[in-house]
Amino acid sequence: MNKPAMPNSFRTGPDEQGMFGIFGGRFVAETLMPLILDLEEQWNHAKNDPEFKAELQNLSTHYAGRPSKLYFAEGLTKHLGGAKVYFKREDLNHTGSHKINNCLGQILLAKRMGKKRIIAETGAGQHGVASATVAARFGYPCVVYMGATDVARQSPNVFRMKLLGAEVRPVTAGHGTLKDAMNEALRDWVTNVEDTYYLIGTAAGPHPYPEMVRDFQSVIGSEARAQILEQEGRLPDVIIAAVGGGSNAIGLFHPFLDDKEVRIIGIEAGGRGLDGVEHCASMNAGRPGVLHGNRTYLLQNADGQILDGHSISAGLDYPGVGPEHSWLRDSGRVQYEPILDDEALEAFQLTTRVEGIIPALESAHAIAHAMKIVPKMDKDQLVIVNLSGRGDKDVHTVAKMLGMEI
Amino acid sequence: MTTRIDRRMAKLKSEGRPALVTYIMGGDPDYETSLSIMKALPVSGSDVIELGMPFSDPMADGPAIQAAGLRALKGGQTLARTLKMASEFRAGDDETPIVLMGYYNPIYIYGVDRFLADAKASGIDGLIVVDLPPEMDEELCIPALKAGVNFIRLATPTTDDKRLPKVLENTSGFVYYVSMTGITGSALADTAKVSAAVTRIKGHTALPVCVGFGVKTAEQARVIGASADGVVVGTAIVNAIANVLGPKGEKTADPAEAVATLVSGLAQGVRSARLAAAE
Repeated sequence: MNKPAMPNSFRTGPDEQGMFGIFGGRFVAETLMPLILDLEEQWNHAKNDPEFKAELQNLSTHYAGRPSKLYFAEGLTKHLGGAKVYFKREDLNHTGSHKINNCLGQILLAKRMGKKRIIAETGAGQHGVASATVAARFGYPCVVYMGATDVARQSPNVFRMKLLGAEVRPVTAGHGTLKDAMNEALRDWVTNVEDTYYLIGTAAGPHPYPEMVRDFQSVIGSEARAQILEQEGRLPDVIIAAVGGGSNAIGLFHPFLDDKEVRIIGIEAGGRGLDGVEHCASMNAGRPGVLHGNRTYLLQNADGQILDGHSISAGLDYPGVGPEHSWLRDSGRVQYEPILDDEALEAFQLTTRVEGIIPALESAHAIAHAMKIVPKMDKDQLVIVNLSGRGDKDVHTVAKMLGMEI
Repeated sequence: MTTRIDRRMAKLKSEGRPALVTYIMGGDPDYETSLSIMKALPVSGSDVIELGMPFSDPMADGPAIQAAGLRALKGGQTLARTLKMASEFRAGDDETPIVLMGYYNPIYIYGVDRFLADAKASGIDGLIVVDLPPEMDEELCIPALKAGVNFIRLATPTTDDKRLPKVLENTSGFVYYVSMTGITGSALADTAKVSAAVTRIKGHTALPVCVGFGVKTAEQARVIGASADGVVVGTAIVNAIANVLGPKGEKTADPAEAVATLVSGLAQGVRSARLAAAE
């Protein structure tokens, strides 16, 4: 593929058709098209409406607990002996991850549009919990589609969703992971178009979702940028985030995209290695294709059939990625690197011991990459890692990997 | 330029009856069986064949067609083999229109230009690609029209009068009206509403309007066929195949025969549609 010309700014996408270069778009069935156009129109009004912004701001502060802290990880910094490591503490948000940022924004939009019912897909269950939470808070019935494999490995989150009043529908198709949950959510949506709002959890899907979710999540990067300027008096040298669908990553990255001196690294799930099919590194080992309403890098075979992939982390277990990441990859602005299951597991344990913070397995992938590069950096350099969520939900998975019973 | 679809629809119009459009999944449960089923369709009274291109993630399809796609993929079906199947069929039947139906990604990966050339050479007359709305016409619709392949668009209950012209703009062959908001294989919508929708669409286009999603019986085909130019049956046929497969996919009866029996009944329903309507 030809490398696209270097744009003046990396922050102007998508275009009016919802495209980031060749990526993105609106590849959906006709039944959904009028809804998606309506959503786009409503979103364009809402994002410029001071009342909408004020309500979201108020909820972010008093309900979700924003701003999240930018924390100097002194223990990890000492242990690694290189650059100073900061964590952007999205794990401290209400519901324990960055997912609440997007859910609060979208539930306000659903309310504005007069919808009566919320559906969502979830992988690790973090988005399912955040969706169930805002549905409870605003009094909506909520159905969460979750792959049967994920239901088994993320049982604490399944229970939380049920406590919050959501109905969790296990999906047995495929490998029973996020991709299959998304298919089923789309089938529900196409059937219940009249009254249902589909609360997509990541910066993927048909336009305007990738843009909208990015904008709701960009609070992460906007805060982090201001916080590092305040705490260190300058921008960071490197920022790192894990990429599944890529919402926490695009949220951190977007406000930094035009800061040319900041190196930006996205971490894909390398699973058991990129040689076989047991990974979810779509941008390192996949090719562009069309799935779930957008064109993006996908894991697929020579016939265009989508592969299931594998990751220790349910939140990264998705064979695609948000379209803006695909564009940032091809434009060269962001570098995407794989981290293996074992490396993430090691980072999970190390962070727990030297920082007293149990990170989500997703975030542990980003920390694992920091562990590789930080020791080679100068002591006066700065690295921000997005700690996108807390790891309580993962303790069963980790115990199993370590051969322990709890 | 007229296609086999145009000629077939014109002929049926002169005979005063709607078309029976039958869907099978290419390669379900295996290539040879699927080809024999395909050959049985026109003999049993099918006027147009929709040949499904299996896809791993068919998000507009219900459980029956999802399962059919998985059987086909397990049986080794690929887009190249679906095209080969069409050309083998075409060798013995140069009249019955073939419409490929599926999702965009396998076509995109095959390469749009190469796909259109091979489809044309295989005797394909039209395409229905579920996840390509008019907003994405540059991808495949425009190249297909240039290549002389009909691009058949879906209109749905959510396609209002304001949007309908956009949906119809580059549509050719026929318009496929989806009888309800939902996935394939769901229960049939209120037939009075369907008739009203068909009349509404006909007010915007001279193209034939075929109705699908939810039509399973000869009686339903008869009722829908009273107002529509064609009736599409998919899930019922796919189920007829699944019903003669054992738990391990072994055949307990001849799938081609099972499909032929069903399609003959449906064909009678369609053929009596206008007679009944005239009474």
